[in-house]
Amino acid sequence: MALLGAGVIAIFVLVSAVGAWISPYDPIKQDLRFNLETPSIKHLLGTDELGRDIFSRILTGTRISIAIAIASVGVGLLIGVPLGLISGFWGGKVDFILQRITDTMLAFPGFLLALALVSIIGVGFKNAVLSIGLSSVPIYIRLVRGCVLSIREQAYVEAARALGTPNLVILYRHIITNAMVPIIVQSTLGMGTAILHAAGLGFLGLGVQPPTPEWGAMLGTGRAYIFVAPHVATFPGLAIFFAVLGFNLFGDGLRDALDPRFKL
Amino acid sequence: MLQYVLKRLFSTIPVLIGISLVVFFLLRALPGDPAEVIAGEMATQEEVEAIRSQLGLDKPIFVQYAIFITKLAVLNLGKSARTGESVIVEIRSRLPNTILLALVSTAIACLWGIPAGIVSAVRHYTIADYVVMVVALFGISMPVFWLGLMLIVLFSVKLHVLPAGGIGTLRHLILPAVTLATFSTAFIARMTRSSMMEVMGQDYITTARSKGLAEKVINLKHALRNAFIPIITVIGLQFGTLLGGAVLTETVFAWPGIGRLIVDSILARDYPMVQGVILVFALLYIMVNLIVDILYAYIDPRIHYD
Repeated sequence: MALLGAGVIAIFVLVSAVGAWISPYDPIKQDLRFNLETPSIKHLLGTDELGRDIFSRILTGTRISIAIAIASVGVGLLIGVPLGLISGFWGGKVDFILQRITDTMLAFPGFLLALALVSIIGVGFKNAVLSIGLSSVPIYIRLVRGCVLSIREQAYVEAARALGTPNLVILYRHIITNAMVPIIVQSTLGMGTAILHAAGLGFLGLGVQPPTPEWGAMLGTGRAYIFVAPHVATFPGLAIFFAVLGFNLFGDGLRDALDPRFKL
Repeated sequence: MLQYVLKRLFSTIPVLIGISLVVFFLLRALPGDPAEVIAGEMATQEEVEAIRSQLGLDKPIFVQYAIFITKLAVLNLGKSARTGESVIVEIRSRLPNTILLALVSTAIACLWGIPAGIVSAVRHYTIADYVVMVVALFGISMPVFWLGLMLIVLFSVKLHVLPAGGIGTLRHLILPAVTLATFSTAFIARMTRSSMMEVMGQDYITTARSKGLAEKVINLKHALRNAFIPIITVIGLQFGTLLGGAVLTETVFAWPGIGRLIVDSILARDYPMVQGVILVFALLYIMVNLIVDILYAYIDPRIHYD
């Protein structure tokens, strides 16, 4: 399972690296004479409403979706992991305040929080990354805090403390190392969620802006032609589906292999 | 019991304060003058000034917050910058549609997800288990808006059996509800399976089996009842994802709920409306999870006075 997922992810990463070069057509070049054509030898997945080659657009768009996924998970980890560590390790008032902030953020679940953030900071690639990343922060805070709370009660942490090991060394050597597995599993699954949320924003016209070929935005414009040319919306959706499936497969597989406690 | 409910009610207070702060700062965090933002692009200078004094924007920030809270207490969320209508009136007219969609979807998700998860756990590592798990994996990987469009292509464009959008009859509800329910169904099935599997490894299950109880009794009476707490938790938390999905589903099916309202409002830069809808979404989610927590106490006697 994990291997299959890794394979799917590898394909998408490869395409995101070389997609722009192997595209048979220019992804943003319009040719209105051949718009809304159904798939053929000439245009493998057909053309969109402006006569652009859908296959080329999906290939080029891979880079955008993968980049948003990696960058936004990065934002989530960069903010969420340290805050979770602080909250769980030091406890007390800091923990209390951080947890109330987390509670509040979790009251605006996932996509809604990203949507609220976009409404403030605006559309575009950078803001999509920022809003999706920030909206995942509470999840990482909770996860890391939970791990820290259970790890710090372990005998080896107590032993280290008895030996007079400084807090920062304990944190680094014992706690972070042991919290790594759930963090990696969550980040992998988080990539899938990030791709879904980015595509959702794009679909609503609140993500990466045209003419950049973004999967969600392609679906959003394809929606208007759903009765006359359903292929325009079909293929970008398949790309999103397979990319998310890859990350979910890999995440599930990793969890089963690395962490028997969370076996699904 | 009453003590538990009261305690749980009190625990929502910090979150409610947090939500009010978020919604309050939503407008202040925007670049530019909040009064101009609230008034909208079409407003005259007099209107902007009126809003400025009304919100007390020249006063210290905590006085502004106090004004905001007093208005919130009487459900005064201001006027839409786009239509000039009262925000709360607009939300009130659309909210029932979203609640209907969310409830029907949750019902579908429970009715399919829980049994599927049980079958998967009881018959683990058989064909049935693999089929359920693969379908569930597809379910959580599918973009909800794409699924909606594909269902429209199949049932409205090709087969002509169901309407592609709008509201009115039961037939209008089928496609949006199924679309919205898919992710939750898959998620609940996965969680039901894993929580059943965990319970089935417990000693009391082995005991039950060794005293010769029928498998059916063990599965339903011992395993399922104990697995139910995490399942219900997931259903509550799932409701949040469902509300997020509602925004997309309502857009696909032209369903006149508050999900579509927030999208239209963000696109039109109608911030008072955005503020109001976000507030309502958060309150809905908090309320559902409050109800879920109180439900626990009824189902599990161990939680009573904790």
